Amino acid sequence: MLNYLWCAMILAGIFVAAFTGRMPDVTNAALDSSKEAVTVCLAMLGLVSMWTGLMKVAEKSGLITGMSRRLAPLLRFLFPGLPAKSKALHYIATNLIANALGLGWAATPAGLKAMEELQRLNPRKDTASAPMCMFMIINMSSLQIVTVSVLAYRAQYGSANPSEIIGPGLAATIITTIVGVVYARLREGRNTGGGRCGK
Amino acid sequence: MRIMLVISNLLIPVTFALILLHGFLKKTNVYENFIEGAKDGLSVVVNILPTIIGLMVAVGILRASGALTLLAGLLAPAAKLIGFPEDVIPLVFMRLVSSSASTGLLLDIFKTYGPDSFVGRLTSVMMSCTETVFYTMSVYFMSVNITKTRYTLSGALLANFAGVAASVWITGYVFGR
Repeated sequence: MLNYLWCAMILAGIFVAAFTGRMPDVTNAALDSSKEAVTVCLAMLGLVSMWTGLMKVAEKSGLITGMSRRLAPLLRFLFPGLPAKSKALHYIATNLIANALGLGWAATPAGLKAMEELQRLNPRKDTASAPMCMFMIINMSSLQIVTVSVLAYRAQYGSANPSEIIGPGLAATIITTIVGVVYARLREGRNTGGGRCGK
Repeated sequence: MRIMLVISNLLIPVTFALILLHGFLKKTNVYENFIEGAKDGLSVVVNILPTIIGLMVAVGILRASGALTLLAGLLAPAAKLIGFPEDVIPLVFMRLVSSSASTGLLLDIFKTYGPDSFVGRLTSVMMSCTETVFYTMSVYFMSVNITKTRYTLSGALLANFAGVAASVWITGYVFGR
């Protein structure tokens, strides 16, 4: 995907520049942008490391596992078709918590494990089951408490108060998740015949 | 709506306090664990550096050539109709496809308008409530060989566009336009 996208962006830029006579600007942009990318990453390094450090403390003290366990009642509501002892629920909880804390790299392995477990319970192997749809929609509605990288970028570009968007961002992300959950619930209700789990 | 700004100010210090207290009470070596985790941050950033370079160069070229302005100009009438800033439209669609490419556009917006402008704040909020739908779906479903994804895509897109609308409304409400 990125293969096409990246080439298309650069080629389109050069093509348009040929018509607007902005070739010198394009040259400068290429040189400056690469330098700027390094500056941005350097600025990110501090904040991201602080966050991963803090999250390691939470992981080692058992706080993250504790939080996943506390998610159980909510998960029973969201995934009524799954057996309560299912490992899938454990992986889903880990994935959701990691996502919420902005630990994308920790979330993906747990998420893939969850899909594997859901697939074992899935009666139709080529079709997404209702719990799969629910899980994916929640996952992609991006339930994130703090987007650390955005904070770092804001600080880098001279924001007077980089963290002012945390509250509004949280409100927006709650709205998207609610919309996603309600939609998934309505659709799975209508399609009860279609690959429901645990039946 | 002041509550949202209060949350903004408190969330990071409170998270720090809770995690450190919990770690301390559970008798773990809080400081050593922090240092160990901070080392992971190094590899996280080093791993995304090449992607950021590639995408920032691409967006930089697009911007310098005037192509982004051209695109925004084309979308302007539609954007005006729904009261949406036209310069953010490319970001809305890019966000669905690629996280790094949308980061490139986000940084371009911060550079052009500043992070504390309406557009800067709107995009900041938007980035925290939207996700790379197409990428995530293909990775997750491909890993278990599922080809019929039923209502997953429509649900994810609906949630994302609800997020965009919510971002516009909340940003305007909390910070003013």
